[in-house]
Amino acid sequence: MERIGLSTGWRIVCGAWMAGVIAAAFIGVGPAAGFREPEAARILFFHVPVAWLAVLGFLGATFHAVRYLRRRNPAADIRAVASAEMGFLFCVLATLSGALFARVQWGAAWNWDPRQTSIVALLLVYAAYFTLRSAVAEPERRAALSAVYAIVATLPMLFLVFILPRVVESLHPADTVRSGGMSPDYRVVFFAALGAFTLLYLWIYRLRVAVGELERVACRHSMK
Amino acid sequence: MAEAGAVFLKDLQQELRNRYALNAMALFAITTLVVVGFAVGSQALPASVVAALLWVVLLFTAVASLSRVFLREEETGTALALRLAVEPEHVYLGKLLFNVVLLGAMALVVAPLFLAVMQARVGNPGLLALVLLLGCIGLAAASTIVAAIIARAAARGALFGGLAFPLLLPVLIAATGGTTRALEGAPLGAAWAELRLLLSFGVVMITASLLLFEHVWNE
Repeated sequence: MERIGLSTGWRIVCGAWMAGVIAAAFIGVGPAAGFREPEAARILFFHVPVAWLAVLGFLGATFHAVRYLRRRNPAADIRAVASAEMGFLFCVLATLSGALFARVQWGAAWNWDPRQTSIVALLLVYAAYFTLRSAVAEPERRAALSAVYAIVATLPMLFLVFILPRVVESLHPADTVRSGGMSPDYRVVFFAALGAFTLLYLWIYRLRVAVGELERVACRHSMK
Repeated sequence: MAEAGAVFLKDLQQELRNRYALNAMALFAITTLVVVGFAVGSQALPASVVAALLWVVLLFTAVASLSRVFLREEETGTALALRLAVEPEHVYLGKLLFNVVLLGAMALVVAPLFLAVMQARVGNPGLLALVLLLGCIGLAAASTIVAAIIARAAARGALFGGLAFPLLLPVLIAATGGTTRALEGAPLGAAWAELRLLLSFGVVMITASLLLFEHVWNE
């Protein structure tokens, strides 16, 4: 029997690392100045990595969609869906954690800030991708059509993630990580959190790919 | 290019013969105009609201018929003949051109009518025309490839709006911003960011569609 997801060692690493990050985020570092509620600064360790990984998921969907169209390899299609689903899941998490932070920092959970608008639009784009997949019954056609849609959707995705929030005035802080706007201890915990979430992402992603491959085998058997 | 022109002319002739898209568009446009006009009444609205409403009207009108270009081929069973006769790129370009012309013609009628109904003052008509043109190209570019996709799927009618709207958001956001500037009478330079965005969206979308169309068309 093949190992599904991560090996036992990596699972333990992932769990311990995530536990360490959570402990460090709430105990290891103090509250940060410059926030309406200094304690709320800790959301950074969860909200930002999740949002970054959501973009990684969507880019992964594009990557595997291109791969599918080149080789027509069903494995690429399974990875494209898995990536899009991971992106969607992490995007939902980013939306929710963002709304939580918005309530503390800006006084309202939802106020149509450009970042909030663009993240909802992003969810819509990929919800449309899943809808398209459910509307095509034949596996090969479904894979090809949804691959084209995923590639076409990349342009609005990049616009919503990288351009819109920078063109329109936003309350959302930008480029804090790159411009060095964090104190050194926050930096350490932040990158540790990024690592932990990446590991978690890989774990769920590989489980999802395994499920997709099992489904394909089951589908082929039922056809016989 | 001659082949693309031939596909365009064929669609145009077909359209002028039964006027399905034109009739549906006109009906949609007038219905939406009446609804918006009724809801607004005789209030004077700020430029940003008028701009947003204008693009909502244009979007609804566009959705009524932009998906027809490929659906018609599937319904009449002529897709196969077209596939044999013309290279995929030319089919795409012809259909895109048809949609741009259709949408442009519609905008030419709907936008002045809408602005008259809203009693809006246009500060910079040249800029407005430019934003409308680039916006229509952007709308048509994204709609054409989505139309090609849904023509090959089930539950087509309902799918088109659902698939096209999220992709069109960047166009709508930029076009609404540009239209607001135009209504306020800002000079061309003030809407530079929006114009650049609309242009680049159109160019990238058309390029991507050209590369990808074959995979949809021959699937």
